[in-house]
This record gives sequence, structure tokens and C-alpha cells, in this order.
Amino acid sequence: MSAGQPLVSVRDLVKSFPGRRGLLLARSAAAVTAVDGVSFDVMRGETLGLVGETGCGKSTTARLIMRLLEPSAGGVRFDGRDIGALRGAQLKALRREMQMIFQDPYSSLNPRKTVGAIVAEPFAIHGLLRDRAARRRRVQELLETVGMSPEHHNRYPHEFSGGQRQRIGIARALALEPRLLIADEPVSALDVSVQAQVLNLLRDLQSRLGLTLLFISHDLSVIRYMCDRIAVMRTGRIVELADNEQLYRAPRDAYTRQLLASVPGARAGYGRRING
Amino acid sequence: MSDEPLLRVEDLRVEFPTEDGVVHALDGVSYELRAGATLGIVGESGSGKTVLSLTTMGLTRGLRARISGSIGLEGRDLLALSERQMQAVRGNDIAMIFQDPMSSLHPLFRIGDQLAEAVRAHRKASRGEARARAVALLEMAALPDPERQALSYPHELSGGMRQRAMIAMALANEPKLLIADEPTTALDVTVQAQILALLSRLQRELGMAMVIITHDLAVVAEVAQEIAVMYAGRIVESAPAGQIFSQPEHPYTWGLLQSIPTLEGSRSERLVPIAGAPPSLIDRPSGCHFHPRCPYAKPDHARIDPPLEAVVGEPGHRVACLLAADERRRIWTGMR
Repeated sequence: MSAGQPLVSVRDLVKSFPGRRGLLLARSAAAVTAVDGVSFDVMRGETLGLVGETGCGKSTTARLIMRLLEPSAGGVRFDGRDIGALRGAQLKALRREMQMIFQDPYSSLNPRKTVGAIVAEPFAIHGLLRDRAARRRRVQELLETVGMSPEHHNRYPHEFSGGQRQRIGIARALALEPRLLIADEPVSALDVSVQAQVLNLLRDLQSRLGLTLLFISHDLSVIRYMCDRIAVMRTGRIVELADNEQLYRAPRDAYTRQLLASVPGARAGYGRRING
Repeated sequence: MSDEPLLRVEDLRVEFPTEDGVVHALDGVSYELRAGATLGIVGESGSGKTVLSLTTMGLTRGLRARISGSIGLEGRDLLALSERQMQAVRGNDIAMIFQDPMSSLHPLFRIGDQLAEAVRAHRKASRGEARARAVALLEMAALPDPERQALSYPHELSGGMRQRAMIAMALANEPKLLIADEPTTALDVTVQAQILALLSRLQRELGMAMVIITHDLAVVAEVAQEIAVMYAGRIVESAPAGQIFSQPEHPYTWGLLQSIPTLEGSRSERLVPIAGAPPSLIDRPSGCHFHPRCPYAKPDHARIDPPLEAVVGEPGHRVACLLAADERRRIWTGMR
């Protein structure tokens, strides 16, 4: 497929969660439209940022793209194929092409498995690299790729700090050589001194492996550092989608401007002071 | 006005014996706070910043903690007070707000009733007076439609509104000191900006002193006049806010400043992370606790423990670093 074609194309995506009628002790809940007509493309090799506040629909959008949720309307194309039409083996094959890293490196790694088993799990699921020695070599390679020592493969997640655990999660996500990596708030649970390690790692991996990255965050400073283009979401809709430069220098939408003005330190000239 | 500061913490040490060993949560922390001033305490998880605020409130006493040093509030040592005396200080002289307002409000009582209770805990007031005061407090915390909100339950409010209710409650008895521990961490960025503006306004209007504890340097840049940076249970640098950003002296502070992306500056400029991870407070590194992560550490820094000392020529600026002053200045200048 040509390089000019988007890897992911999202069109008029809608996801509503039905309400519940309160019956005796069950609480009633109103229907919620979490994603309300979202369209955008993710180009090959780019990092697209999804930014917005709690409940704006950014994580639901990611889940729809992964097809962990079924849309209420609209659809997602991956490499030209309508992912909603895929079944069985085709769907499983699609899952190899897109992987996700999660916010919380504490709950997203099985504490009873060794690091090696965690990183090798995608191979087990997809029946790849059945030769034990080859699998172990590949796991060690992956650990090195994310800046960990290959000897760490027989240790357990609790022996590692948050930043290292996030590296393990990234190694697992890279195991199947996906074309799309979705990172949902990958650094917001990390200590500030460690965040930069993970951000730099993701930037390096992207340029080295030619990954396409969908990067989800509530943090406008992190998004600015990571993303080529940025979609700002609010109440299930995209209010502005622009190049990095454009968005931060001349935001068009009033909500984007409000978000930018709310970044702490912005008014105190904090960034300017640091960068001289 | 006397020169005596409102709060003077001296050589405060807090240790928690645990099954795994002794946690040295605070290791000789000293600082002063003038009446009406705002101090920002910055640190990562495990730096001791929350234990510092809890201990100031007398809330680590029951936890088998070994506490030494002194916490003087207007000359009175809080550590020497009985639990009963301390109860009178809590909420009255010192109040605290926490990161998660949902777990600090009682879920089964109306906001107004909880506030009225806080009012009546420390002063004589009729139910009617207390209720009127509750509404006035909610209004002061800029909760829209305070009369109606006083009748709502915590779960009916948004996170930002709950935090406003918490602030109203903390202000119930006009404390001289408000301790805010990560008051905006759980909030969205637009709400965070509103809460920070509210805290600054209230602090100014009521003339109370404030200690704001956070992992986020940008937050303290917004509200604090003085900033203390904590690492492994100690203050490693403290200075007027401007100097922390323009002339930081400690390699850990440099690391923090260089590892946080900002809205300004060039995107192509790489962030410089701090190597490694924050140390365990049970098994702390020898010498300067930061030396294993410090790119400028020299061999004897693993042996010598640096005291927090005044920076020559910069009033109010203190640093605990073994590098020579001119070497530090050279390194920081080269980094900019």
C-alpha cells in the first residue's frame, strides 16, 4: 500500500452505552454517548495525539480502534480494511498488527508470571516462535530494545520500579512487531523523573521501528513533546485537529485555548524560565 | 509584627519500623514559614512529603512512628502536645486538604451538615448559625448556588466541586495554616487551574499561610513564593520560587527541570531523564542519597553526607550538595 494512504482511518464513529432503568435496588443510569461522530486519519509513521479531559471519549475511541468495543455507528479502517467486517482468524491476524500499552504498569502485568513469560505471551497466544530457545532469544532481544537487561527475563514484575514495568509493557506490545501502537496515558502513573525515560524510549522506538503511534494523554505538555498532529476531544467530539506547531502557536478552537491557558505554570512563565 | 515565624520545623525525623526494616520517611527536615506566606514542597513518591504534612497535623502519631525534632507553631511545640490538645489545633489552627476529596468527605451526609459539624467542633454556634456559616463558606469557595449545594451529597458533585467543598471545610475555622497535599492531582487541567486560582485568592484574602505539597513543579510555580525540593526524606534545596527556576543549585532539581516537557522551548530538544529510580527509604544510598543517580557524583560523594547549607550571595537559598559552588554554577550555565 502506498505511503500516502492512512494506516488507520476513522469515520463518523459513534459509541453509546445504553442506560438502565432503575429496578428495585439497581440504580438507573442515563444513556451516554461517549464518542459522538469522530473522524480522523492516522498516517503511516506519524504520532497522532488524542488529548482531552476525563470523559471526553479518548480512551473509548482507542478501544473502538482496537475493536475491543463495537461501535454504535460509523467504522474504522485499518490499512484499507473495514475492521468491523473481520471475523475469526482475520480478526486475530488484525490483533497482531495493533498493540496497546496501558496507564498503570502495576495492574497491567500479571504478578505471578516472570517478565520473560509476560513478554512471550503474545507468541503463545498466536502460536508463534514455538522453539523455546528461539522464543527466549527473542524475549531477551525485546528487553534490550526497551533498555532493560536481558537477564531480567526470569524476574517478577514486583522487583521492578514503575518506569521499568512500563518498559516491560512496551516490550510485550512490540513482541508481534505491530504496525500501530496505541499508548493510553503511558506516563501519567510514573514519577516525574522517570516519565522522560519512557517518553524518550517511545520516540526512539518509533523512529527506529517506523511505528505508527496513537498517543493518548490529558497532559498538553507531554502531547506537545510526542505528537506530530493532535486531535483535541471534548464530550465525544473532536473540536480541533491540527499540526503540533499550529495547535500550540495558534489554536483555533476556544476550548483548545482554554486547555492551553489552564496548563499550570503557563501564566507563571514557567516554561520560558526553564528554557531561558 | 514579630520575627518569629508562624511555623518552625526543626530537625524533624520520622521513622516507621516495619517487617522489612525501618522506613526513614523524614530524615532531619527543617524549614520555616512566615504568617501569610506560601511554601511549595516538591517531591516524588517516597520523598517524604506526605509524611511531613501528616506529621505536622499530628496524624502519624498513632502509626507506631518514631518522631523526633520539633514543630513549632507560633512558638508552641506541637510534638509536645497531648492528643487532646492536638485535636484543638487540628482544624482550628491548621487545616488540611487532600488529593482525593471523595475519601475525605462522608458519603452519607449532606455537604452542608458536614460543614456545620466542622464549624461546631471548634466554636459555640447554634445549628442555624452553623448552617448559615456553612453556606457562607461554600460561597467563599466559589461553589455555584451554595444554598442548594449545601443540601447535596458528595457523590452528587463533580471532582472539582467536591474539592471546593473540602476547601470550604478546611477554612471553617479560619486556620492560620492550610496544608494542601496534592490538591489538584486528581482533577482535570481546566478544573486544576480554577482550584489553584481559588487557593491563591483565599490565601491572600484570609492572610493564612499555606503549604502546598505536590510532585508537579509547574503547580508550585503558579502559587508558591518559596519552594523546597525533597528527595529521600530530606529537603535537598529550598529557595524563593524564582531562583529555583532561574538558578537551581541541586543536580536533582536540574534533573527535574530538564525531564519535564513544557509548552515552550523547542520540541526537537530532547528531554534529559534522571537515570534510575527514586531510592527505597528502608535501604537508602550511603553519603549523598542522590549520588547513584547523579551524573556529577565524585567517588567521595558515596561517603560524605551533605548538610543543607546557605548558598553564598543568594539570600534564602539553601542546598545540600557536595559539588563546589563555582562548579555547580558552571554546570547549570552550560545546561541552559
